[in-house]
Amino acid sequence: MSTLTAGQRRDIRDLLVQAGLIVVAFGVLIWWLLTTDLTDVESSTLAPGAVWSLTLEHLLLTVVSAVIVLAVAIPLGILLTRPALRRAAGPVMAVANIGQAAPAVGIIVLFGFWLGFGLQAAIAALVVYALLPVLRNTMVGLTQVDRQLIEAGRGMGMSAAAVLFRVELPLAVPVMLSGIRTALVLLVGTATLATFVNGGGLGLLITTGVTLDLTRVLIAGAILVALLALVVDWTGRVVELAVRPKGLA
Amino acid sequence: MSENHRTASTASEAPGTEHDSGTQGVSITLEGITKRYDSGKPPAVDGLNMEIPAGSIVMFCGPSGCGKTTTLKMINRLIEPSSGRVLIDGEDVTDLDADRLRRRLGYVIQAGGLFPHMTVAKNIGLVPRMLGWDASRIRARVDELLELVSLDPATYRDRFPRELSGGQQQRVGVARALAADPPVLLMDEPFGAVDPITRQRLQDELIAIHSELKKTIVCVTHDFDEAVKLGDWIVIFREGGILAQYDSPERILAQPANSFVEDFMGAGAGLKQLSLSRLDDVELTEPVRVRAGAPAAEAVETMRAAGEDYVVVVDDQDRPVDWLIASQLERLETLPTQVNEDLPVVYNRASLNDALDSMLVTTTSSAIVVGKRRQMLGLVTVDTIMDVISGLNGRAHDTAAEAPLGQNEPEEFEIPEDDGRTGRNTDEAIAAKQREDSTADTGDAGDDTAAGDPAGGAIADDTAGNTTGDTAAGEPDDRPAGAHRADGDRP
Repeated sequence: MSTLTAGQRRDIRDLLVQAGLIVVAFGVLIWWLLTTDLTDVESSTLAPGAVWSLTLEHLLLTVVSAVIVLAVAIPLGILLTRPALRRAAGPVMAVANIGQAAPAVGIIVLFGFWLGFGLQAAIAALVVYALLPVLRNTMVGLTQVDRQLIEAGRGMGMSAAAVLFRVELPLAVPVMLSGIRTALVLLVGTATLATFVNGGGLGLLITTGVTLDLTRVLIAGAILVALLALVVDWTGRVVELAVRPKGLA
Repeated sequence: MSENHRTASTASEAPGTEHDSGTQGVSITLEGITKRYDSGKPPAVDGLNMEIPAGSIVMFCGPSGCGKTTTLKMINRLIEPSSGRVLIDGEDVTDLDADRLRRRLGYVIQAGGLFPHMTVAKNIGLVPRMLGWDASRIRARVDELLELVSLDPATYRDRFPRELSGGQQQRVGVARALAADPPVLLMDEPFGAVDPITRQRLQDELIAIHSELKKTIVCVTHDFDEAVKLGDWIVIFREGGILAQYDSPERILAQPANSFVEDFMGAGAGLKQLSLSRLDDVELTEPVRVRAGAPAAEAVETMRAAGEDYVVVVDDQDRPVDWLIASQLERLETLPTQVNEDLPVVYNRASLNDALDSMLVTTTSSAIVVGKRRQMLGLVTVDTIMDVISGLNGRAHDTAAEAPLGQNEPEEFEIPEDDGRTGRNTDEAIAAKQREDSTADTGDAGDDTAAGDPAGGAIADDTAGNTTGDTAAGEPDDRPAGAHRADGDRP
């Protein structure tokens, strides 16, 4: 990246600003927790070790569901943009839309009753919820590839698969990645609700704060989830910048 | 490769040194090619028979919707023909694996169709990589091709397409199509997306490349002037893939087969004949040549000694750099090395029309003529051109005997107006075609061949007794064949 375009330079500046804000906000949170008199219950709930393990749980929920979402939505998006299956695109999108339009809490609880309370139900519900952005962006990314380029590829003797993997997918990567980032951010936020089906995660701090009327725990939990979402978003942006094919404006 | 094809392509030996071993053009034969998208509607292309001689440039020309692009894409099977056969170098390719077939046929589309996420070198190296060439061979080939299309390999090899101008992208597109040294180049409106000056330059370069490599080039265009300029032969299509005329530019201009062709050519057909004489055919003036970077005083001396009042500065490969008159020269210490982009430069395969254009644009009374790889051959002056113009008339008839064959045998047939030149009977030719296709209907063959090509009659002579129908497609005194077959091959 010896020569950066104006756009790339702006992207990098934005990333630095976002990283700075996250660090500052986290610092303020720590400072506030250290300088406030916490009750015993509060300090034990907010003990670094406990919060850390909740954060890891939260990330586990997010990452596992994200991996499943990618494994399902990207191949599905590719299939639905192939000429043979293009007709099925409408109905499948309609179903995916329902997944996203339904309230997340509702989905999670329903899955809880269906699959039994626990991690499994939480992950299944999160997958349904986050499928749409990845699926839609995969399809949009693939269909916006210039038909002329696909024909040029076929005209040169590339097989349909070669055109898909060496032309269509690389050119769709920017749009697909932004869908994946959206899905990840959605997942981090929604994973908060996993606590309702005993799925763990930072949501526990929030529900504990609400049920035991521990305002400071509630606030700390909410801020931590927000910061985690921002960190995930930031990581996504870095990846987008790094793997965006060179040569695209 | 059959013997007769080879004789055709080597008839004019490729002069290039490093390309002598390159694959030269082969003939293409279309036999009763039909494309029907919708059974209720008339076909896009209807029973087209056509010979494309080896090593020639054949232009497919016509209004939009005339089936010219469909016909082109049926050659590399981007569009599968509904019926009929395509023979390349005598080999039936209709049932070959389409991907493998296409790797043997160069394909160029509008604006180059370069992949934006790959460098110039990657784009050009795509087909060789698919063919399993090793990396060093691909690298050498990429550089060789960039040289061929007048792009400096060191500068452009690692650039991305968006860092190139439209004309440069198109050049890379041509280089990419030539990468695996295919015998055939198919071009779909290649110069449609560039400005007129760039287009003229690209056309000149294509002609130069063709004279060096001797590929068979089939090129679709909607621009009749482009067809006249580039084509050895022009196919004019009318709606439904009906062949209106297939002949040399000279003959089409001088003797349009019917009113459709006349209308399509538009006004000024007489003037267009100026496009037919190439600079190759005229005598060039030799200017005083001086080397770029040499001391100016020396140049002045040479110029005076020759009794001239201007010099042309060339680089060490004889490519024109600048053009200086005495007064400019006297102000200089050393001769410039930076290429002056405003020079009136035309390729030796360009037409007199182009040369005149260049002179008008730069308000000079002569233009620099360059040949292969931009080497200067000499100057052409307005006077030279005027002399040639006065001798132009009467050339048109010379090519009649060589015209290739091309006809339709469509189901619903319009009898075009007779231009009085469809002298010979075509029944025999049609019969020859039908012998190989037992399902063909012989009923209306005689009428059908009147379809437009006055040269149709010659099929009889060339193909009689040959059941494959592509006899001697490449021989210079042969006519490419083209005809629509009657309803025999239709369900």
